[in-house]
Amino acid sequence: MAKLTISDLKQIKEKHKSTFTLREGGYRAKVTVHMGTCGIAAGARNIVNALMDEIGKSGADDIIVTTSGCAGLCSKEPMVTVEILNNPPVKYKELTEDGIREIFREHVLGGKIVDKFALVIGSETTY
Amino acid sequence: MIDLSLHILDIAENSITAGADEISIKIREDISENILEITVSDNGRGMDKETLLNVSDPFFSTKKVRSNIGLGIPLLKQMAEECGGKIEIETAEGRGTSVTASFQHDHIDRKPIGDIASTVSTLIFCHPGIRFIFEYRRNSGIFTLDTLELREELDGVPINSADVIKFIKDGISSWLKRP
Repeated sequence: MAKLTISDLKQIKEKHKSTFTLREGGYRAKVTVHMGTCGIAAGARNIVNALMDEIGKSGADDIIVTTSGCAGLCSKEPMVTVEILNNPPVKYKELTEDGIREIFREHVLGGKIVDKFALVIGSETTY
Repeated sequence: MIDLSLHILDIAENSITAGADEISIKIREDISENILEITVSDNGRGMDKETLLNVSDPFFSTKKVRSNIGLGIPLLKQMAEECGGKIEIETAEGRGTSVTASFQHDHIDRKPIGDIASTVSTLIFCHPGIRFIFEYRRNSGIFTLDTLELREELDGVPINSADVIKFIKDGISSWLKRP
């Protein structure tokens, strides 16, 4: 297991400095992981871990991952909302690590909604 | 919740909802005192008197839409009290909140700390703009991480980039595996 050292940090910095370019237009995609008590108890942290892994493997740098509170459908957790620029948001339900990996590849990267996990398309106000 | 690291994530997420931009997570394990103590402090909006009085009522929530229950604090309180411990909350409106949960370290019902490295890395990954201070004391050893200092070292590289998050996660895991 790696040990936290300044030299490791410097290596990371140098590696990123050679590829890092400032973006002016913000992010292309946003994934919101529902992280209320219900979501956390149902496995939301594993969903974030899987997303971290997929983003790292893809090398994508135009995707933001954030969290929100309870969406009011605790029995459907873990849930995420995927928003692709200029497209309506899609809420996904009852996710597993494999499920979010599939959604990441198909929807976040590929633009194709994964119907089997989709709960609702479009914005909602209250349930 | 299967372990305490998930409770910590839950309380820290409450801090974020309360508008905090600085969150401190401190864990102290002391075998000689037979205590495990977890403190999550923030500089969020704090609680008024009514909220503080009702904070351990699971059917009370400040959220007005989608959810009218608040289980995070009640679950942590129940867990602490079942393990010979208690929960203490200090809050001041406009200045922040500090939640401390203590547990009898060797209590048979005390849940394990769990994957605290995942909790800390998840928080930093999802909330790169927030300053997180993480401190873990175990007997005579101490691990500290301050994302403000880390950000300065990174000199413009995003703190939530995959390599940095892996560096943080591995660093915490590695320290915790020490005897």
